[in-house]
Amino acid sequence: MVAMSGGVDSSVAAALCGQAGHEVVGVTLKLWGGASDRGCCSVADVDDARRVADQLGIDHHVFNYSEQFDESVVAPYLRAHEAGLTPNPCIECNRAIKFDALHQRALALGFDAVATGHHARIVVRPDGTRRLRRGADSAKDQSYVLYMLGEQVLASTLFPVGDLDKSEVRRLARNFGLRTAIKPDSQDVCFIAGERSRARETFLGDRIGLRPARVVDGQGTEVGRVPAIELLTIGQRKGLGLPGGTAPRYVVDIDHRGGVVTVGGKSSLLTDTVLLENFAPASRSCRGAVLAQCSAHGEARPAVLDGMVLRWAEPTRRVAPGQSVVLYDPRAPDEVLGGAFAAAG
Amino acid sequence: MSASSIAYLDHAATSPVRPQALDALQAWLGQPRGNPSGTHHLARQARRALDDARDVLAETLGCGPGDLVFTAGGTEADNLALFGVADALAVQDGVAPVLACSAVEHHAVLDPVLRLGGTILPVDRYGRVEPGALDETLPRNTALVSVMAANNEVGTINDLAAVVAAVAARTDGRALVHTDAVAAFAWLDLRQRIAGVDLLTLSAHKFGGCQGVGLLMARPGVPLRARLLGGGQERDRRSGTQNVAGIVAMAAAAAVTVAERDATVERVGGLRDRFVDALGDRLDAVHETVSDRGLKVASNAHVCFSGVLSEELLFLLDRAGLCASAASSCASGAINVSHVLAAMGVDAEQGRGALRFTLGWTTTHEDVDRATEIVVDAVSHLRAARSGR
Repeated sequence: MVAMSGGVDSSVAAALCGQAGHEVVGVTLKLWGGASDRGCCSVADVDDARRVADQLGIDHHVFNYSEQFDESVVAPYLRAHEAGLTPNPCIECNRAIKFDALHQRALALGFDAVATGHHARIVVRPDGTRRLRRGADSAKDQSYVLYMLGEQVLASTLFPVGDLDKSEVRRLARNFGLRTAIKPDSQDVCFIAGERSRARETFLGDRIGLRPARVVDGQGTEVGRVPAIELLTIGQRKGLGLPGGTAPRYVVDIDHRGGVVTVGGKSSLLTDTVLLENFAPASRSCRGAVLAQCSAHGEARPAVLDGMVLRWAEPTRRVAPGQSVVLYDPRAPDEVLGGAFAAAG
Repeated sequence: MSASSIAYLDHAATSPVRPQALDALQAWLGQPRGNPSGTHHLARQARRALDDARDVLAETLGCGPGDLVFTAGGTEADNLALFGVADALAVQDGVAPVLACSAVEHHAVLDPVLRLGGTILPVDRYGRVEPGALDETLPRNTALVSVMAANNEVGTINDLAAVVAAVAARTDGRALVHTDAVAAFAWLDLRQRIAGVDLLTLSAHKFGGCQGVGLLMARPGVPLRARLLGGGQERDRRSGTQNVAGIVAMAAAAAVTVAERDATVERVGGLRDRFVDALGDRLDAVHETVSDRGLKVASNAHVCFSGVLSEELLFLLDRAGLCASAASSCASGAINVSHVLAAMGVDAEQGRGALRFTLGWTTTHEDVDRATEIVVDAVSHLRAARSGR
């Protein structure tokens, strides 16, 4: 079973699965049914997926996971913002929908494996266990948002485009004659449509209360005000409404309950440790030297994991609570050991 | 999958074209054609074909030929009935009229009524409008009520004569009554049942005609303002050159449907009973949504399988060559939760495993037996797969 979003990566994934001789069925997930928010799973994307499937001569079905998506992705996203955290809904979608609900369904329906168009690879280690590995195209690598995949799921997962550069994917799409060959990459949070910051503000503002907050400097002196504390994240520089003329100032701390945002210079953004929580099951045994990555396309930096505390080799920018910290193996820097959330305080 | 290996139990979605309809269609398309609104002899031929078809269809409904307005399908006819009457009354009275419909109507009725700010009437646990309840639920100043003749999902038949009488009593005879008879026509003789009904919708492809062809019956004197303006066809009630070929085929399909209806109902009803009984005998925890089959059209088998998701079951049935459906599908093809089951008060958990099998004029006992095997295998497989983990 190939999960087809209607984009070029999953289109080529489906084509490659067919070429490899697998009996392939394409499935598009209807995830978001918000009446006024038409970001993803639009009828047009389903049309693209269906037409690609037609072209490849494979069956195509639409599965409706909008209820689970609402429960497992959108609601936690809102709750996290309400609690002053910085969530990553793509990670929750992979965790709860694509690699859990869909995966289980595929196996229940008699399929051997689920393929997706993610840029990631799976390595089988000498002891027979499997590990997630970065995609060959480092600029498109999606291992960060897949860190939660455990051994069992990896054993029945395929990433057919993980070995390819994005340009090769597009070239293959053209060679296969797929209509999605020149379709632009998807961006941002799929269920929030429109211009980045405004759309997020509107989406959250319609669903949770946005609270104004005071902005103070390191000495506690008020330097400004912001209309919505829920929209801020650690390390943010823009959108603070601060007067110019000084050195750049960043959000270094958010007291969500008290409604106070502390800003400071770049150096006050640095920290030696990150407290982690909610480790993905596969990473429980993980300890010692690691490479830790704190955003989808951030750099993986050396650190030591000591229980729940990650100690950086060198002071590093603070991680916003709620963000995922993904751990890679220093001896095999492309391989994922696991990951967890950055905890608050 | 070849056509012969498919068991097609989705006649309520669309029914195969009747040979008589196909003959009529081919005969019509195969000759030089005129525009029925024209004046030369080919145009007059087209006009005559249209008039003949109108006569045949009027006969099957027991109405006058001039009462029929041909449309591009049931949805357009439903929309014309609701918006057309609402517009005409608004123009006539200077105020927007009050509309109402049952909670289990097709969206082609439900959505226009909602857009016009109308009242949604509750149904009983079988999906019927209770005439006795209208005294409390129907606003006295209602101008138009829409109650379907038979439900497209669960198959329940409404007692239209009783609904008409109750509506008249409640509104002092002022309210008009529309019925969406799309799911009923193939299975019920409507002529007597619709005696007091003012407007009625049919869709050709549900009884062996072509997709995209339908009609609205509107009794003489019913206020109806056109939605499509143009050449003034259909007595100024629906402009646009008629789909003569489709209408001729619809008439042929209607004629054979009515001629064979009693026999088809008996034969298909027997197959439906055999099918549902076999599922109940061979599988645990199978619930007929409306277990009193006397309340339903003969073609409908609506069944809830506990512990199974309809989306997964449909997938396996499709792979095995059995065509059926769950609740209404949305534009993307995803399955939505059924508003019909919700209105009937069917337990949401039970509704997750609901499937609609609809038999029709082509269904054979081999189809039904094959379908039984496929369903039993798929349900057993899914129950084992889901519990085994």
